[in-house]
Amino acid sequence: MAPQFIEGNEAVAMGAMRAGCGFFAGYPITPATTILNAMLRLLPAASGVCIQGEDEIASIGYCLGASMSGLKSMTATSGPGISLYSEQISFAAGSEIPIVIVDVQRLGPSTGSATRGADGDIQFLRWGNSGGIPVIVLAPVDVKDCYLLTIHAFNLAEEYRCPVFLASNKEIGMTKESVDLSALMVPEIIDRRPPIDSASFQPFQVSENLRIPYFLPIGGDVPVRQTSSTHGPDGYITTDPDQISASQWRLKKKLEDAVERFTFYDERAEDAETLVITYGVTARAAGDAANLCRQAGRPIGLLVVKTLWPVPEKLIRDKTAPYRRVVVVEMNLGQYVHEIRRILSDRQVEFYGQMDGRLITPATIMEVIDGR
Amino acid sequence: MADSLLNKDRPPVFCPGCSHDRITGALDKAFRKLGLPGNRIAIVSDIGCSGLFDTFFHTHALHGLHGRALTYAAGIKLARPQLQVVVTMGDGGQGIGGAHLLAACRRNLNLTLLVLNNFNFGMTGGQFSVTTPPEARVSSGFLNRLERPLDICRVAHSAGAAYVKRCSSYQSGLADEIAEAIAFDGFALLDIWGICPGRYIRQNPLTPKIIAEKMATMPPADGIVEENQRREYGSLYRQAAGEQTFSQPESIAQRFQPPSNGRHEILLLGDAGQRIISAGEVLCLAGMSAGLQATQKNEYNITVLRGPSISEVILSNEPIGFTSLARPDIVIALSREGVERRQSLFADLQPQTLILKSLDTNIPPCAGATQALDFKKLGVKPADRALAALAVLAKNGTIIDTDMLRVALRLRFSEKILASVLELVDRVQSRS
Ligand code: SF4
Repeated sequence: MAPQFIEGNEAVAMGAMRAGCGFFAGYPITPATTILNAMLRLLPAASGVCIQGEDEIASIGYCLGASMSGLKSMTATSGPGISLYSEQISFAAGSEIPIVIVDVQRLGPSTGSATRGADGDIQFLRWGNSGGIPVIVLAPVDVKDCYLLTIHAFNLAEEYRCPVFLASNKEIGMTKESVDLSALMVPEIIDRRPPIDSASFQPFQVSENLRIPYFLPIGGDVPVRQTSSTHGPDGYITTDPDQISASQWRLKKKLEDAVERFTFYDERAEDAETLVITYGVTARAAGDAANLCRQAGRPIGLLVVKTLWPVPEKLIRDKTAPYRRVVVVEMNLGQYVHEIRRILSDRQVEFYGQMDGRLITPATIMEVIDGR
Repeated sequence: MADSLLNKDRPPVFCPGCSHDRITGALDKAFRKLGLPGNRIAIVSDIGCSGLFDTFFHTHALHGLHGRALTYAAGIKLARPQLQVVVTMGDGGQGIGGAHLLAACRRNLNLTLLVLNNFNFGMTGGQFSVTTPPEARVSSGFLNRLERPLDICRVAHSAGAAYVKRCSSYQSGLADEIAEAIAFDGFALLDIWGICPGRYIRQNPLTPKIIAEKMATMPPADGIVEENQRREYGSLYRQAAGEQTFSQPESIAQRFQPPSNGRHEILLLGDAGQRIISAGEVLCLAGMSAGLQATQKNEYNITVLRGPSISEVILSNEPIGFTSLARPDIVIALSREGVERRQSLFADLQPQTLILKSLDTNIPPCAGATQALDFKKLGVKPADRALAALAVLAKNGTIIDTDMLRVALRLRFSEKILASVLELVDRVQSRS
């Protein structure tokens, strides 16, 4: 097919449809509203349900109910809405409810600037739940990524039964590009797994070989329990410290131990001194900067991280090893650089951050590389 | 009657004398009357003592966050229309989840809400809720004396609930009342008054008799609300959704060769109302009709009809990375406010940059070649200025030509507007 001219938000909606999304609820907020618009255009006509919630807390609540009833569910908002989602995110993480949450980031703090971009929510997405349970966060660079990573996000939510975030940005979500989505290689679609034997089903039963519980929907033949309270395998409240501890560790390890299976990244390896690490829309400027550096005869390496959480530690260790110098560039005052510094604790990691509503330019990145 | 759905392994654990006990029994009886098996029911419970309800029954169950039970219930019901969804909340949940209560009443999705109204927060120690009378002595000190309690039934009624009934936990036939509410096809609310021996009646005299007397003084809430009768939301939704047609963004095939190769950056500076963003999109579509790649980054104020409007367009036969413009090849300058937003950029413009500006827009001194467009003389309205500038650009023929522009306009506009913009292009090109 020939290319289409679409924005990142529209590609998110199209990716959701491709992944089998059956339910969407959202509350209008710039710059995420056009995802709601696009879902409203796509989902009801495909026998799905798309509704506008009375607020953000409700929107994600509808999604959690629908997801527990067996529909792949997605919601979309921006930073102020993520704040309101927070308690529901904890519920989804702790009670293993698959959901895709799109954060089209805008300049904060607080109301901030609705129509200016930033990557200011990167640590917030990871730590914005009570209890500190890990989540998955994927960061698109362009419209193509919005499509593909949304499909991956659904797959991961289904496979690992957890909230999966797409950390988009106004500058991706609302920037239009020519792109031929039909020419892209799309991952195989994954669905949550029902138990082999539903008669003895326990909603949170796991075993040595089964780290993620099987799923049966609310509304199916077998009564299913879901609860936001600390629970045992049967879905009833438990106070048994051993059971609680095992469950907390499982929630942590089921994602952190698996990250190499879903470590998405782009790289431009060079025989060079300097490696720039970045993510999101800033990767586009970094790519241009890398081209200019190569043309100028002093190439740099580039690593674009697309799986931000859990932190792909092996990737970062391996990819930085050949370089003498590591420079992290991000559209905030320094968030992901803490992870890079934690992993490369024996090395010096340089940082450039900017949060003024403008994109970081290729020229600025070149100045940073040149140490100016 | 069908079998009891009570969970023998998990008997109710309420304080002795708690009215929730009676409601648990009545709810089970209502299920039995309706002949509902456990897998046809979902109980969605809130936080607080009412939040224990889901554990007493062999049904589907979801116990979530405080005040949000109606949101999960709606998601479940929309996903599983055949399921009977019963929500248990206390009076506390009505306060914190007020927005969801109003939404449920307005929407009329077939849910049953049982409000276990005992006039205080039992679980957290007897603080005042939205239904605590001002004269009650509760653990919130003097605070409840300063506020007026809500009549949940009146709130629900005025918010559009189709079925609203006030009941006592102690009345005979409570199970029938619950069964009737569940059987109602739409949102049904039962405001069930009860007694919390654990907290409330330590300092406040409240008996079944006092409840009955007090209820008799309240405005009527007897079930079906005539003025709010209408079709159930879920069935309405499915009907309306069935009438929607699926539309995908259009694919844009290459049909021309681009007038020139390489990368072109075009900056459109104007005001809201000049169709700057539309013109930027048209420019991209024109480029795509000649097989070019395109990006469009926009900037505007949150107000729709006022303030500057800026579009940054890149057309290139190479993949496009960075989407903001540093050195545009073309600047279309149509308003003072738009120009002011990018003031600093003019100093860096090269002599080969073409600036198409409206006669009445001043630009800072710069090296670019300027062509002033007299829109008044050309008979171009403000809303057509940006598209008129594209007509001039197409006539000039370096980045797009008129064939490309016409195809793009056909992709972007239809019917009457299309005819008028095609006419605009002809007019501007013949006169400029
Ligand atoms: S605290 Fe009140 S509402 Fe809660 S169980 Fe005890 S008596 Fe019932």
